[in-house]
Amino acid sequence: MTRNRNMKIASVAAFLAIVFIAVPAAISGSGRFDLYYTLTSVALLSIASAGVWLTFYIGRINIGQGAYALMGGYVSAILVMNYGWSFWLTLPVAGLFCAAASVLIGLPILRLRGVYFAMVTLVLTEVARLLALALPITNGAKGIVSIPLPGALSVFGLTIIPDFATLQNSRLAFYLLAVTLMVVCFGVMYRLVNSRIGKLCQSLQQNEELASSIGVNIASLRIIAYAVSSFFGGVAGAIFAAISQSIYPSSFTVTDSVNFMLNCFLGGLGYVFGPMLGTLVLYFGWDLLFQTGQFQLLIYSGLMIVLMLVLPNGLLSLAASIRKKA
Amino acid sequence: MAEMLEVSGITKRFGGLVAVNNISFSVREKEILSVIGPNGAGKSTLFKLISSFLKPTTGEVRLKGERISGMAPHIAARKGVVRTFQETTIFKNMSVRDNVVIAHHLRSKAGLLGFFLGTGAAKADEVAFGASADEILALLGLSSLANETARNLPHGHLRALGIAIGLATDPSILLLDEPFAGMNHDETMRMVAMVRRLRDLGLTILLVEHDMPAVMKISDRIVVLNFGQKIAEGTPSEIQANEKVIEAYLGSEDEAIGL
Repeated sequence: MTRNRNMKIASVAAFLAIVFIAVPAAISGSGRFDLYYTLTSVALLSIASAGVWLTFYIGRINIGQGAYALMGGYVSAILVMNYGWSFWLTLPVAGLFCAAASVLIGLPILRLRGVYFAMVTLVLTEVARLLALALPITNGAKGIVSIPLPGALSVFGLTIIPDFATLQNSRLAFYLLAVTLMVVCFGVMYRLVNSRIGKLCQSLQQNEELASSIGVNIASLRIIAYAVSSFFGGVAGAIFAAISQSIYPSSFTVTDSVNFMLNCFLGGLGYVFGPMLGTLVLYFGWDLLFQTGQFQLLIYSGLMIVLMLVLPNGLLSLAASIRKKA
Repeated sequence: MAEMLEVSGITKRFGGLVAVNNISFSVREKEILSVIGPNGAGKSTLFKLISSFLKPTTGEVRLKGERISGMAPHIAARKGVVRTFQETTIFKNMSVRDNVVIAHHLRSKAGLLGFFLGTGAAKADEVAFGASADEILALLGLSSLANETARNLPHGHLRALGIAIGLATDPSILLLDEPFAGMNHDETMRMVAMVRRLRDLGLTILLVEHDMPAVMKISDRIVVLNFGQKIAEGTPSEIQANEKVIEAYLGSEDEAIGL
């Protein structure tokens, strides 16, 4: 028991050391500063994917995370541009806005199961795009551009986070921000899944009728899980808007929504850290295949199909089976 | 004996079809009451009405005087009306023990946030649920299978697990949906003994069942349905002698059908 605990603490410490110290050190040593941008994207996409994973955990196939990422991006951008809010304040507000929206949307659609829920969520992303095109406040197809970089964050006169615009290396700052949030997000997810809530979510996934017969309020649990999921989507979208300093209706499309889902599949639906690994592998895998030119999509799709056939429980199931053998 | 559950004038229509028509009866405390009837008699519909999985068109169900019909199923479960399922409905991918532990959810003192933060109340819940789950598993003879994944259990044990899940909610009345279906004679007799033992522990039991010999053996009283109507009610020996029941099960006398 204690040995297990020590192992956990050691692996968390190792992970933190890698993402906060080793990676920045390696990047500044090699001079590949563009990697910051790539890794920041991976961290943010994995946050959004973590949300999708949570909806999988209650037994719903969610192909609509792009809608919430887009919504979060717009909420943050509009609050910063039109109302002069600090980015740091818009970040949780964007998340909460998406969570609130997801409650309203979830109330009717979470009653659906299986492919029906999947289809509706797929449409959500497209609806979000069309809304962004049509609403006056989102500035249509021109999008919102020239969003200022996040300013300083001070509490009681103490500057916790410096103004990104004054930094020499805002890429590193964004990287640290994204990775910190990713760590927090997966910490929360780990806790959720390993507490009783995780068991309750599993009970929903496996049999909603039975769950309800033992007194689980399935409707409210579904809504809570979906709201947390959308919160993650919104936060990720808000940071994306801040990094690219712009947001367009096409910033997040159906393709992104599908990718969030694929990240979860690839990493493993049974493992909390599945979406993180899945995002990393999928993002870099796609980039590596860039050299194959016109065959990129073909090879990529082929590999995905093979992986799902060979490893239906995701990449992390490999690690689990090795551990079992040992 | 006091009345535990009261069904009064309950009717359920599906469009033009009257599945359950104006049925009334009551279940007394600590008795085993069986509802029987030929296929399509409305047993399953009645069962769902009592467990609040369906809303009655008219009429109502009362538990210890409190109206429970029309409530959401999880609220009815909280009030103490808990059902098991006809199919082997369990949490397939959890261990047997986890199935029973999770079913203690109703008794938890900590809220969702408490679970997340791992508060004292949540930890105390976990310990208490674990102990209670082990007790229930022992009672139903499932202790040796506690760590097995539920979907690997043989049929008879699955049914027992279904009952264990129901027991874990600490119900006032346990509704069993065809507990003997698909069982051979030995398994049935074991299940009969088990249900009796639960009654002796102070539980009130209502069951819906096909298996006549088992029903006759186990029941204190029997309610017979046919075509959505209640046609008889009484002790097993009264029911065995009832003309209408024999007619419903064996068809009417020869002359009535012109032979």
